[in-house]
Amino acid sequence: MSLAKEQRIVLNNYDKINPASIDEYIAQGGYQALKKALTMSSAAIIDELKASGLRGRGGAGFPTWLKWSFTAPIEADQKYIVCNADEGEPGTYKDRLIMDKDPYRLIEALTIAGYTLGATKGYIYVRGEYPQSQQSLNTAITGTKAAGMMGKNILGSGFDFDLEVFSGAFAFVCGEETAIIESIEGKRGEPRIRPPYPGTVGLWGKPTVINNVETLANIPAILNNGGKWFASIGAVKYPGTKIMTLSGDVVNKTFVEVPTDTTLYDIIYGFGGGVTGGDFLAVQVGGNSGGVLPESLLNTPIDFDSMMAAGGSLGTGAVFVINDKRDLLDVVKNMAHFFTEESCGKCTPCREGCQRLYDFMVKVCDGKATVKDLKIANGLARVMNKSALCGLGQAAPTPVQTAIKFFGNKFEEKLLQNS
Amino acid sequence: MVDSYTNVSVDKIIAEFKDVKSGLLPALHAIDEKYKVIPEEALVKLSQVFNIPVSQIYGVATFYAKFAVNQRGKNVIRFCESAPCHIAGAAELVAAFEKQLGIKAGETTLDGKFTLEFCQCVGMCQEAPVFTINQQPYFNVSIEEIPEILARF
Ligand SMILES: Cc1cc2nc3c(=O)[nH]c(=O)nc-3n(C[C@H](O)[C@H](O)[C@H](O)COP(=O)(O)O)c2cc1C
Ligand code: SF4
Ligand code: FES
Repeated sequence: MSLAKEQRIVLNNYDKINPASIDEYIAQGGYQALKKALTMSSAAIIDELKASGLRGRGGAGFPTWLKWSFTAPIEADQKYIVCNADEGEPGTYKDRLIMDKDPYRLIEALTIAGYTLGATKGYIYVRGEYPQSQQSLNTAITGTKAAGMMGKNILGSGFDFDLEVFSGAFAFVCGEETAIIESIEGKRGEPRIRPPYPGTVGLWGKPTVINNVETLANIPAILNNGGKWFASIGAVKYPGTKIMTLSGDVVNKTFVEVPTDTTLYDIIYGFGGGVTGGDFLAVQVGGNSGGVLPESLLNTPIDFDSMMAAGGSLGTGAVFVINDKRDLLDVVKNMAHFFTEESCGKCTPCREGCQRLYDFMVKVCDGKATVKDLKIANGLARVMNKSALCGLGQAAPTPVQTAIKFFGNKFEEKLLQNS
Repeated sequence: MVDSYTNVSVDKIIAEFKDVKSGLLPALHAIDEKYKVIPEEALVKLSQVFNIPVSQIYGVATFYAKFAVNQRGKNVIRFCESAPCHIAGAAELVAAFEKQLGIKAGETTLDGKFTLEFCQCVGMCQEAPVFTINQQPYFNVSIEEIPEILARF
C-alpha cells in the first residue's frame, strides 16, 4: 500500500465551492493575497516568489521569480501578462480543472502578477477546445469587476488592471510562448526566433510575461503562507505540488495533486490503483512530447530535475500508462503522427523531420525497416533536438528516441534481418 | 442546412471587431460559429477592415484547424486520435460513424448535415475514446448508441 498523500494547493477549492461565486471564493480566504500584495513592493513580492522556489508548471520549469525579475523593472508605456491556458499535450487536463472549478484563484493570481510586473492588461489564452473554461473565466471576470477588484484603481491602490479571455483555434503549437503572442496579434501561430525574449519584446513589441495556469494558481497561497512554507513542500529544487493527470491502462483515470517528491510508482499504483488489461509495460510522462519510460524508472520522483536525470521529463504532468498487451510500436507510431499534424512548418528540421520519423515508425510497424533506417532515424532525431526552432520540433523525436532507448528489443524484433 | 451567408451579415459580424486591436481571430471565431466556414467574401472583407492583405488573412484562416475555407456540414463531428484515445478504441468508433453515415473521415454527407474530422486531444482523456459534436464532448459511447445520437441532429 502506498503511503503517498495528496496535498491540495491549487486544487484546494475543487468541488468545495461554487466556481461561479466570488463570495464562496472569498469565504475560503480568496483575495487575501491580492490585498496583501497591494501593500507590498514589486521587489518584495518577487523576493517571496524567490524564497518559495516556484518554477514553471507549463513544461520548461523556469524559476517564476527570475522570469518576473527581468520584466518588472523595465520602464514601458505598456506591459502585458499572458496566461498560457492552451493545454494541448495529449493526456493533460490539469489547467482545465483549475479554470472550471476555481476560476477566481487564477484571476486573483493574474492581478497580483499584473501589479508586480506593472502590467495593466492581461490575456488568458484558452484553447478553443475548452469553451466551458472560457465561460467559467468570463463569469469570474464579470464577478471580480462587480466586486471592485478589477478595473480602475483596484481597492484604492491606484493600480489599474483588466483581463481578457482569448480563444485559441485548435493549434497545439500556440501553447509555445511566442506562438501565443503571434496568435493574439491575429497571425498564424508560428513561433518567433529568440532572442529577443518576450520578457523584453513580446505582445505588440511590449514586455510580456507568459505563465502557465498551474504556475499562477500557486501564487495566492505563496503570498498568504509565505515562500518558506511552499519551499518546504516536496522536492527541494522543484518545490510545491504538481497536478498529475492519469490516462491509458490504469484503474483510476483521474487526477491527483501531490508533493513533487512523490514517485511515479505511487502515482500509478497508489493513486492510480495499478494497471488494467495486463501488466505494466511503459508510461509516457509529460504529454506526447514526453519520454516513454520502462518499469525500472518507476521509483523516480516526479520533480522536474529527477525526471530529467532519469531520461524523461515532467512536462505537463500527464501520466499515460501502457500495458503489456499493447503493441508499443503502434502506440509510438501514433505519438509520432501527432507531430506531423501539429508542426507549424516554419523550420525545416521539424517540418520534414516529423514526417520522416513518422514514416520510419510506419516502416517499423510494417516490418519493413532496416538496421540502417534505425540509424538514420536516430541521427535525424538528434538533428531535430538540436536545430528545431522551438520546443515542439526539439521534443518531437522524444517518444521515438526513448522507445528505441528503453524498448530497443521491440524494434529489433521487427527489423528486417541481415539488413 | 447551414445558414447561408450574405455580404450584409458577414459585414455586421466583422464590424463588431474592427476597432479591437486583437480582433482578427475573434472575428474568425464569430464567422465560423455562424456559418461553419470562412467564406471568400469574408476573407476579402476582413482584409479591407483590418487592412491586411487577403493572402495573409487566408494564411491565418487556414493555419487553425478550427476554421475551414471549404464548406463543412451543419454538424461537425471530431474524433480525438491522440494516444490515450487511440488505445481506447478510437479507430473502431470512427469506422462505425463512417459506416453509419456512408462517408469517410474528412468528408461531409451529401445533405450537408454531418462532417467527420480527426482532431487531437481535447483534454477529456479520462473518458477515452472521446469525440465531439459541435464542440460538445461525448464519452463512453458504445457503437450501438450511434444511430440514436445522430438522430438528435
Ligand atoms: C509546442 C509547445 C507547446 C506548449 N504548450 C504549452 C501549453 O499548452 N501550456 C503551457 O503553459 N505551456 C506550454 N508550453 C510551454 C511554454 O512555451 C512556456 O514555457 C510556458 O507557458 C511558461 O510558463 P511557466 O514558466 O509558468 O511554466 C509549450 C511549449 C511548446 C514548445
Ligand atoms: S520546431 Fe516545428 S513547430 Fe516549432 S517553429 Fe519549427 S516547424 Fe514550427
Ligand atoms: S487523448 Fe483523447 S481527449 Fe485526451
